Amino acid sequence: MKKTVFFGALAAAGLTAGIASAATLDDVKARGVLNCGVNTGLVGFAAPDANGNWSGFDVALCKAVAAAVFGDPSKVKYVPTTGQTRFTALASGEVDVLVRNTTWTFSRDTDLKMDFAGVNYYDGQGFMVHKDSGITSAKELDGASVCIQTGTTTELNLADYFKANGMSYQPIAIDSNAEGEQQYIAGACDAYTTDASGLAATRAAFADPDNHIILPEIISKEPLGPAVRHGDSQWLDIVKWTLYALIAAEEYGVTSANVEELAKGTENPEVNRLLGVEGGLGAMTGLPNDWAVHAIKAGGNYGEIFAATIGESTPIGLARGLNAQWTQGGLLYAMPFR
Amino acid sequence: MIGKPSPTAPFVRKHMLPAEVPPARASGAPKWLRENLFSSWANTALTLFGLFILYLLVSHFAPWFLHGVWQADSLAQCRQIIAERWGEGASGACWAVIRARWTQFLFGFYPSQLYWRPVLAFVLMFVAIAPVLFTQLPRKMLWFTLAYPLVAIWLLWGGSIWPVAMIAVGFALGALAYRLLALRSSLLASLAAIAVPLLFWSFLTGPIDSVLTSVVPLAIQPVPSREFGGFLLAIVLGLGGIAMSLPLGIVLALGRQSDMFLIKTFSVMFIEFIRGVPLIALLFVASLLLNYFLPPGTNFDIILRVMILVTLFSAAYIAEVIRGGLAALPRGQYEAADALGLDYWKAQRLIILPQALKISIPGIVSTFIGMFKDTTLVTFVGLFEPLKSIPDTIRADFAWKGVYWEPFVFVGAIFFLFNFGMSRYSMYLERKLKRDYR
Repeated sequence: MKKTVFFGALAAAGLTAGIASAATLDDVKARGVLNCGVNTGLVGFAAPDANGNWSGFDVALCKAVAAAVFGDPSKVKYVPTTGQTRFTALASGEVDVLVRNTTWTFSRDTDLKMDFAGVNYYDGQGFMVHKDSGITSAKELDGASVCIQTGTTTELNLADYFKANGMSYQPIAIDSNAEGEQQYIAGACDAYTTDASGLAATRAAFADPDNHIILPEIISKEPLGPAVRHGDSQWLDIVKWTLYALIAAEEYGVTSANVEELAKGTENPEVNRLLGVEGGLGAMTGLPNDWAVHAIKAGGNYGEIFAATIGESTPIGLARGLNAQWTQGGLLYAMPFR
Repeated sequence: MIGKPSPTAPFVRKHMLPAEVPPARASGAPKWLRENLFSSWANTALTLFGLFILYLLVSHFAPWFLHGVWQADSLAQCRQIIAERWGEGASGACWAVIRARWTQFLFGFYPSQLYWRPVLAFVLMFVAIAPVLFTQLPRKMLWFTLAYPLVAIWLLWGGSIWPVAMIAVGFALGALAYRLLALRSSLLASLAAIAVPLLFWSFLTGPIDSVLTSVVPLAIQPVPSREFGGFLLAIVLGLGGIAMSLPLGIVLALGRQSDMFLIKTFSVMFIEFIRGVPLIALLFVASLLLNYFLPPGTNFDIILRVMILVTLFSAAYIAEVIRGGLAALPRGQYEAADALGLDYWKAQRLIILPQALKISIPGIVSTFIGMFKDTTLVTFVGLFEPLKSIPDTIRADFAWKGVYWEPFVFVGAIFFLFNFGMSRYSMYLERKLKRDYR
């Protein structure tokens, strides 16, 4: 009986979902809102404020995709997912795209039937130690106790790294970043390991950041990227090229400030094609031709998003590093808009 | 002889002396201390040891509490204020995070302009449960108690009022059908009471609803389940689970005692299966596995899914608690009921259950308290319960990254209030229902 009660209330709330099919774009358009799977909370990448408004580096990509589809970056429903629920949320159709600092790995791409649309942040696993321990390199961590979040790729990387270097370590299992920080501060472990971006944020939030150092070694590749379900190439294309549009926009100097101006037409044919002035690229994916204009206007180009959420001017203070444009010695390389 | 002193006696007391004040050691606080804390060497040692532990705890935590800062915009600012006031290296609580984000602890991401709705539902909850808890109150209030679940659902989830009203009408029709047929056959009446509402909901509700909605579109802003969080979520799950698991538990307990093979087998299997599986496993089933079974795109509300499984889980425990109460009743009570010529349901309703439930009160309330606390486990399926998910989200804001103990203290205190209340009520109930047979 109670079931019916709730069904009734929910039907009333207008929450009846359309029937999912292969064409995710049609579903999203019919629904009028993009369901975006995000982290339940990760500093700089996805965090709700006191009013429940989400912001962050991953969230900005959700907004860009929504803007590309609807012309309105606010048409996103953020579905917070945990490390355990994220893949089923995507597979079951609960979310249309998963932008949840998810590492692109072989088995996730193949076995879990996900398609990664690209990499929006190149991360890698690092270590943080107390400065007074005198350790300056990860090679000196033999025999150390290491705080490590269970059930993550970082746990496996750690084992691989110590094995490859013939060292031993004592893992201290923790459940969340917050707990790991407490354990580390309390001295329960000599070193704390997680993604370098997370380490930087953690260190910056300490009362005494100068007493902790992040070791120079990066022991793993953690390419974090947005993912969609296998089998819908059109939707994959939309997410992939929205990401490329943001990256390309930075490369060609298109910013949220000048995109309106440039969208009237420029000397650069690549920019014209990107912004839909010529070429009619948008129609090829089932989007309006000015899709990239909206995506860029949502939060700016890749560089603007980076600077606003996790860059050096924010408290997290991450340098571009690998995430610089290929012209600047980084790995960001947008495929040609042609 | 009294009053007449013997001539040989040198002195005879004529008045009783007033009682002396007992020596300082044998009265008041010293006496209590001597008797309770220092009565032997072993006790003295334990007392001193206890005092030492107490000192350690207080000296460790008191500064942290006393140095608490309520007005700040970020953890860094908290630290700065503490350092200014109490010197470098002083530790202190940053209660400012509670001050800044208390609405999230209470409501999750419920739209802030609609906070009055959960608050109203919460206040009405007390009105609704008061007549159940206190028999002194007018019995007419029970009608509101019956209507309350629908009122609360409409207030919390919002949307059009008509589907909720249709549900109420369905129940009313069922009750009516039962009334009309009860005189002829109780079995027929029970069947009709179930069938009529179901038929009404499946065939008539849709058209009537659309007509009513087009004529009188009475609706409030809908709020999706994903935006529920904090104590709002914990109380919705806890109260819903409690309200549904008690009747279900009673039915299961009776089923397990039944002579009918099928019913007994089903009850035993259900109870043993649910009790044998961890709650988290059931929650994962609710959140993940059901998604695979249901057709893709089906939006089977996550709170509803979780609530159903929490209910089933606690019903299995309640059933066993009540079975203990049934087993504790003397055989004579059952035989007396038979001797009076009562049928099964009358015997249960008038003689067996009132006594069995009274015996089971402490166990039932323990189960409820446990279930209310277990609602925090929904963090594993990505719902924003107040203990872990909400603090984690708040810590994702750089201003509050690094805040750790304050949310635990705050949330723990609120949970304590609720659970202590439940516990005191159960003691009151036991005292009230106490019948000294011996």
